[in-house]
Amino acid sequence: MALYSEKVMDHFRNPRNVGVIEDADGIGEVGNAKCGDIMKMYLKIEDDIIQDVKFETFGCGSAIASSSMATELIKGKPVSEAMQLTNKAVAEALDGLPAYKMHCSVLAEEAIRSALEDYYRRNGLSLCKETT
Amino acid sequence: MRSMIYADNAATTKMSETAVNTMISVIRENYGNASSLYSIGQQAKEILEEARRSVAETIGAEPSEILFTSGGSEADNQAILSAAELGRKNGKKHIVSTAFEHHAVLHTLEKLRREGFEITLLDVHENGIVRPEEAEKAIREDTCLVTVMYANNEIGTIQPVREIGEICRKRGVLFHTDAVQAVGHIPVNVKEDRIDLLSASAHKFHGPKGVGFLYARKGVRLTNLIEGGAQENGKRAGTENVPGIAAMAAALKEAAARMEQNRASLSEKRDRLIRGLKQIPHSALNGDAEHRLPGNVNFCFEGIEGESLLLLLDDKGIEASSGSACTSGSLDPSHVLLAIGRVHDVAHGSLRLSIGEETTNEEIDYIIRSVSEVTEYLRSFSPIWRDLESGKKPHIL
Repeated sequence: MALYSEKVMDHFRNPRNVGVIEDADGIGEVGNAKCGDIMKMYLKIEDDIIQDVKFETFGCGSAIASSSMATELIKGKPVSEAMQLTNKAVAEALDGLPAYKMHCSVLAEEAIRSALEDYYRRNGLSLCKETT
Repeated sequence: MRSMIYADNAATTKMSETAVNTMISVIRENYGNASSLYSIGQQAKEILEEARRSVAETIGAEPSEILFTSGGSEADNQAILSAAELGRKNGKKHIVSTAFEHHAVLHTLEKLRREGFEITLLDVHENGIVRPEEAEKAIREDTCLVTVMYANNEIGTIQPVREIGEICRKRGVLFHTDAVQAVGHIPVNVKEDRIDLLSASAHKFHGPKGVGFLYARKGVRLTNLIEGGAQENGKRAGTENVPGIAAMAAALKEAAARMEQNRASLSEKRDRLIRGLKQIPHSALNGDAEHRLPGNVNFCFEGIEGESLLLLLDDKGIEASSGSACTSGSLDPSHVLLAIGRVHDVAHGSLRLSIGEETTNEEIDYIIRSVSEVTEYLRSFSPIWRDLESGKKPHIL
């Protein structure tokens, strides 16, 4: 059996939403170079809807695929829904990840959340109210 | 579709035709148990002893000094545990080694440390080479073993084995070398190099997997790892893997005959590859450029991670390896790259290309182009690379 599912390889080979949003409404960066994974997410939000999302990732195949899948899962969705994104959803959408690569999906979840938190902060919104 | 370019010969090699034919022939014709008295048993025994003579001759040893094993790891384990056992009997419980040994050595040393041994790991410096004078300084009254690899498996640096061997002989300390990457590739002579114990593995020199040997100088008493029979002088029980051993001997004989020619042409191709990869901005060769195995190239590229590099090279038909954490299943990158002083961020972006005799100059140029393209692509969406290029963080390489 191959290391990664076809879906992981597809998102790794042809990552969706790669790049930068210059006038982003929220930016989140998680991970560190020491551990070998860094993800940076850029969000464009209008009327509480994620109009655009882009990512930059330094990391292994599953880190790049997880970033790509996470952006697809939240694009066009309301902010409140994006806030609920879990690493499990990312991994499942990729048809699974090897056990020792699950942290890549966790990182994707954290990157999205971090960007959303930045958006909340910038707009003086309360985080708890939206997520409950 | 482009045919595959195999550039991971340090991981394993393709068996030579001679080795394959020898193995098949022995499997078919000489299936007897080498311990049996009847004719086909004795024929198998003859094949076994001929292989022992042949292997011994290649490294300048006596046939009685060669013990067949399941490979390099077993040989490393047995060599180190034997020396430790001898040390324990003499009240000597200190071992000198290096920080960038293969895990077959390091994990065995760790086991001994837990049993009360003291381990000194020598610095391998930026160039990935141990300094003999530092080895000499590290030897104490209670040192029972010095174990230093002949050539490093990741960065290919060749160690001053003869100098260390002479120091050990002079000081009366046993000297073991893990020569898994060296045997069959560069000249190794146990007498001239003053080696007491040496480990080798067949599949690194176009022999089969699952077979190797341990050289133990006459008079060095070995400890058994496997009990249960009189095979290998009672030092390694279990019916001998005669087809594998015969194929190993055939492969080694062939490798030795072609060594000089191969070394020269391979070193040229290696240097062509190094020159090409150096053109990639913010890259660096790992390990000394000169004292280096003829087929080994190992680079770090800033701003990218090794596993994604490997996967994209695989898409282009290039099979290589990396010391990145993601390829090992651990969080830390290669202990070898850390030992030569590469910081974590940079060590994650490493690539090892170990080329072979069959690699052509056209393939070398294709590898250079491919690595260059893939590196540029991965950097194009790497947040680390963005920070480096914008001056937010300083370049290390």
